[in-house]
Amino acid sequence: MNGHPFTGGRRFAATALVLAAVLSAGGAAAEVSLVPVPARGRGDACVEPTEVMRRNHMEFILHQRDETVHRGIRTSRHSFVGCIDCHAVKRDDGQLARFDDPEHFCTRCHSFAAVRIDCFECHADRPANQAPAAERSPTTLSQLARAAGLPGLPSVRHAEQLP
Amino acid sequence: MRPGAFSVIGPRSAGFRILVVALGGVLLAGLWAAHTMESEGHHITGMNNQIVWGIPHVFAVFLIVAASGALNVASLNSVFGRVAYQPLARLSAILAIALLLGGLTILVLDLGRPDRLIVAMTYYNFRSIFAWNIILYTGFVVIAGIYVWFMMERRFQRYSKPVGFAAFAWRLTLTSGTGSIFGFLIAREAYDAAVMAPLFVAMSFAFGTAAFLITLLAVARASARPLDPDILARQARLMSIFVVVVLYFVAAFHLTNLYAAEHGGVVRFLLVDGDPYALLFWAGQVTLGSLVPLVLLWTPRLSRSPAACFVAACLIVLGGLTQLYVIIIGGQAYPLMLFPGYEVSSTFFDGETGRYSATLNEYLLAAGGIALAALIVTLTVRVLPIVPERLRLAAGDSVTART
Amino acid sequence: MTAATPFADRARRRFLKGLGVVLGASAAPGALLVELAAAKAPDEAVSGARRWGLLIDTSQCAESCDACVRGCNEEHGLVGKDRPATDAQWIRKLNLRHRTTGHAHSLPMLCQHCDAPPCVDVCPTGASFKRADGIVLVDKHICIGCRYCMMACPYKARSFIHETLRDQLAHAPRGKGTVESCTLCVHRVDRSGQDAVPACAEACVEEGHHAIVFGDLNDATSVIATRLRSEGAREIRADLGLNTGVRYQRMPS
Repeated sequence: MNGHPFTGGRRFAATALVLAAVLSAGGAAAEVSLVPVPARGRGDACVEPTEVMRRNHMEFILHQRDETVHRGIRTSRHSFVGCIDCHAVKRDDGQLARFDDPEHFCTRCHSFAAVRIDCFECHADRPANQAPAAERSPTTLSQLARAAGLPGLPSVRHAEQLP
Repeated sequence: MRPGAFSVIGPRSAGFRILVVALGGVLLAGLWAAHTMESEGHHITGMNNQIVWGIPHVFAVFLIVAASGALNVASLNSVFGRVAYQPLARLSAILAIALLLGGLTILVLDLGRPDRLIVAMTYYNFRSIFAWNIILYTGFVVIAGIYVWFMMERRFQRYSKPVGFAAFAWRLTLTSGTGSIFGFLIAREAYDAAVMAPLFVAMSFAFGTAAFLITLLAVARASARPLDPDILARQARLMSIFVVVVLYFVAAFHLTNLYAAEHGGVVRFLLVDGDPYALLFWAGQVTLGSLVPLVLLWTPRLSRSPAACFVAACLIVLGGLTQLYVIIIGGQAYPLMLFPGYEVSSTFFDGETGRYSATLNEYLLAAGGIALAALIVTLTVRVLPIVPERLRLAAGDSVTART
Repeated sequence: MTAATPFADRARRRFLKGLGVVLGASAAPGALLVELAAAKAPDEAVSGARRWGLLIDTSQCAESCDACVRGCNEEHGLVGKDRPATDAQWIRKLNLRHRTTGHAHSLPMLCQHCDAPPCVDVCPTGASFKRADGIVLVDKHICIGCRYCMMACPYKARSFIHETLRDQLAHAPRGKGTVESCTLCVHRVDRSGQDAVPACAEACVEEGHHAIVFGDLNDATSVIATRLRSEGAREIRADLGLNTGVRYQRMPS
């Protein structure tokens, strides 16, 4: 499991693409997706194109893991700590989301795809300093609904703001 | 020479159901214990940074060592030409596989990361005797399985002898490897000895024969197939010889250490001072586990009594567990000697005797492994023709039957 | 040798490094730059040209002081659960008292970063390994938690993580069910090379003692190599022939 902890990722990516295609063909609001959209990182662009990251992030992390641990190579491009620093998500209460929080960058997709990862049994799941966090993206059904311009579900506070 | 027919034990009876449910219950309890240990972490066990291997390892090593010895009867047939033992060879091999799987299950479930079993099978460090043992254990199950298959499949029966030979060589290597897990530990005075390998081979013969006798008596009773007293007498005699050989290696080990002044401390600890290890050694391993069984097995009137043999075999099993407790826990409890001549103290228990008291979880896990082994044997003899209909040696004296 | 020397030496080396950068920038051969730089480039793999180690001067180590232990705990986020038998300790203070003479002294004990580490030999998966530059580490990604390395270590230098951890530090990942030990502050070493000071050594200096010196044993000009050459030092359990990377000096024998 830990040699290749992300084996379900590819299947997930395929599912995500299909669903996204169906949605856009259906004429739904372009920015809304029924599959989770992980939070944007800071800065203009990720270290790799989104498509590449979606399919291959686990390979990058795995490769860098061995390079760092065994050979002391500590480049920042595919650094795991780099991902965590850049993609930290600030919650409504101002705290950075942890791994067991559904809004956490990694958890967003991994819980949806049911791909268990054990990275955070050892690694920090958020930056050490409470740096400016990434933008949140819609999480709950109500948020999705509002993002799509639909009335929210009655039980949801309307004051809740989306970024 | 036809050794007689084999058949499944049956039909299903209330006793069989109760046995299966009981063993299954113990196995489930063991799995629950392992799950709790994994999710809570090992702090809920008695194991710690001083005593890193505990009760699970005592039972796991016992089962693995006994597994190798349980194949004795099959080897007597295929390697040593004692064709008289041929009727019992199947049961012997099945018991060997079952004990090994039980032991391995305990060992794996005690890992800090049992979820990484796949890592253990895909990353190998060939300098590690532990890695070699992973291969030796899985190989043993495969070879013993092929052996049983060839014995049962008429077309392949002529190949069963070479496979039996391979199994014999393999299991000697396996027990040597298991002993070397300790023998190769240069750091600890209670280990670091070449004699560990042959000692474990001898232990495997004694414990395995005892386990086989217990199984045989249980199967005979459960299936109502009367056991030939001749089998019992021969197995009992063999077992007593193995017990003596174990004592011999233990004596050689301690006497050699005693002769070197630097090891005086550890011998004193294991044989005189160490609490509870010295008591366990003399009362458990030597007296109850070796001397009492020898008296039972060597008293002519008793040695033909199934009850006496059963008690002797059980005592040898208990003595074996005690012996492994003394080796594994006692060997770790004796402090590492980094600065000869100095008293050492620290916040990390340096210079102190390691303290260990096993918790329920560890005993449950250990019991689960035993239950798994027993369950495998119980179910196998129920569905496969493993046990001969007449539990007796094949015709002809074994010695004269040899070619 | 005064205790300030390591730092003076580092300042000198930092100057040389700066000089190297200048020379390198002014079209000098790149090799010169690499030779003088104390720290390797982030994309450069560690090499066997260096062998990192520690020199521990036991005469500078005060019995009542555990600054190195506290420094290490803080650096790596080692927070005890008040369970001494299972709490992790990467470095610990040993207090020694001779049985017959009563002579007492004190020293820190930690992973000795052996050249022939028994923990690496016994590890079934290769999770225990020695880096090219001599630092002995656990790859916690492939550690299965069998604890055989803890059985094999002559120095009792390793700890098993007995419970679920939270809030680990980014540079010190560690988690339940795996084994860990001193990393020689590998994150600092990779960043600063010869200029690195492990947390224990740093804390020792801050406490006003100078018992721990870090450096490259292979570099004849390094402080550690110079002092080892002129003052001598011994290995703990030298009888095992492990060629440890941590050496102790001024120990009463």
